[in-house]
Amino acid sequence: MSETPWYNRGLFSSLNLRQKTLLTICLTASVLLIIFICGTLINANLPTDFTIKMQPPSFEHPFGTDWMGRDMLIRTIKGLSLSIIIGIGASIISSIIAIILAFIASMNSKCDEFVSWLIDLFASIPHILLIMMISISLGKGAFGVIMAVAFSHWVNLTRVLRAEVLQINTSEYVALSKRFGKSRFWIAKEHILPLVLSQIFVGTLLVFPHAIMHESSVTFLGFGLSPHEPAIGIILSESMTYLAMGAWWLAFFPGVALLIVVLLFDIIGDNLKRLYDPSEANK
Amino acid sequence: MIKINTKKLAKFFGYKLIRLVILLIVIAAISFIMIQMSPIDPVKAYLGQRIVSQEQMAIIGNYWGTNLTLGERVLGWLQTLATGSMGFSLIYRVPVTEVIMQKFTASFILMAVSWIISGIVGFGLGILAGAKEGTLIDKAIKTYCYILQSTPTFWIGLVFLMVFSVYLGWFPIGLSVPIGQLSDTVTFWQWLYRLILPAITLSVVGIASLTMYTRDKLISIKKSDYFLFAQARGESFWGIIKNHGVRNILIPAITIQFMSFNELFGGTILVEQVFAYPGIGQATVAAGLRSDVPLLLGIVLISATFVFLGNLIADIIYKYVDPRIRGEDDE
Repeated sequence: MSETPWYNRGLFSSLNLRQKTLLTICLTASVLLIIFICGTLINANLPTDFTIKMQPPSFEHPFGTDWMGRDMLIRTIKGLSLSIIIGIGASIISSIIAIILAFIASMNSKCDEFVSWLIDLFASIPHILLIMMISISLGKGAFGVIMAVAFSHWVNLTRVLRAEVLQINTSEYVALSKRFGKSRFWIAKEHILPLVLSQIFVGTLLVFPHAIMHESSVTFLGFGLSPHEPAIGIILSESMTYLAMGAWWLAFFPGVALLIVVLLFDIIGDNLKRLYDPSEANK
Repeated sequence: MIKINTKKLAKFFGYKLIRLVILLIVIAAISFIMIQMSPIDPVKAYLGQRIVSQEQMAIIGNYWGTNLTLGERVLGWLQTLATGSMGFSLIYRVPVTEVIMQKFTASFILMAVSWIISGIVGFGLGILAGAKEGTLIDKAIKTYCYILQSTPTFWIGLVFLMVFSVYLGWFPIGLSVPIGQLSDTVTFWQWLYRLILPAITLSVVGIASLTMYTRDKLISIKKSDYFLFAQARGESFWGIIKNHGVRNILIPAITIQFMSFNELFGGTILVEQVFAYPGIGQATVAAGLRSDVPLLLGIVLISATFVFLGNLIADIIYKYVDPRIRGEDDE
């Protein structure tokens, strides 16, 4: 193209692609951090004021108010920070599961077959159903949701890691280390882990958006967090009751906010992927 | 000419059948154990707020077998399953197979309609975006897909409900049957009218991944030598897209679409909940919330079979329908 694209003009024209990627990551991460910190600082027990109940969005209450006169903006931010916490917990646990399984798969061909079979098994139950069942079996609540989301999202990362580890295991330096009598654990620690570390990191971040989305879906269905917690899923399922009355702001803004958070995590994940794997950057 | 090696085909299907059976047994056992581990007491969850004496609760517990050990219960469940019965649904009070049959047909129509719509539209948009790479149309389609991939299905349903049912008033707010009418007296048009919004919601969500896949494929084809050669021969642009692009991408795209049964089923559960469409999704949620264990387990098994079938069809297309791979196989 002859003309310069928009991002090469103006303020950021002096930056190269790498710097721009870093800048994007920093900006999106700080937005998420601000939401998260605001959410944790807010007291969950909002004052109820029935004189201002069910008010459409105004300058005083940008997201409107609910049936108890609580400000929807504050409730939404609180819910988002809760979602972020659950997302962090779930994605870290699911990566740990993926790492362990990938390590087991690298032991021998029997273990490898077992792990592939396990992947098939978990991939053949619809996600939502699996999360519902695990959540029920752990007694719902935050712990149940985190574990449920973690135990249903390790599949993709395990697939990636398994393929990667298989490839590294066939390399010459691993064969050499084996001949030198190094233990499996030593090889895994010194040869394999440093190479797959970036994959693990990016994979964990890419689980995040799914985790948040599934958490809110399951909570919406009534299998997640309990109704008195300020989660986005709860807010949205509450709004179902008032939808027919035309209270559109109860469902619209919290959903958009959730969408934005998910998108921001997606952007961070994609950009980090580019940073670690420069061959992807031109796609 | 399609020449199929029957012996190989029989072996393929036999292998797949054994896999399915093993898969179902394991899923049945694991999901049963998982439900049994739950700290939620099934008797209490079933009774809800009703006040019942201790003796009566013990009678129900005895009747349901809550006093048996876990091993006995798992074996019992697998034994009944082997006879072809999935037990008795606690909330509908009819055999589970009957409930699933009835609910699944309703959902199946919803899923089939949206699956076809999302397949056609998704493929079309993907081709359009790929052909017009870098233009405004491409960017619009790409943005649309990115946003959709990060949107919870049920929220899209809520937005559609707000816009089309509440604000514009074009569609009813929910239910597959008008209030005060029996489900068997519903006319075809009434039923179709209520199917539109859930089906559109489900298809809108399903488009994203197929479109992105088709777009990426077409772009890589556009970089190929045969594409360049076709251009050098002076063929028209859309002619090349049709002859070299669509033909190459169609089979993998259909395969992808068959492999999406997993997400399709998950989406159906959410969409049915939002639109109060009485299908398998609503039955799942009801069974889960009110501890109807037989029904929930039955649905898990059915959904696993459903997903397995989708993957099997994808496998068959990949192995036997694709002319390039079939040719290699027969030699």
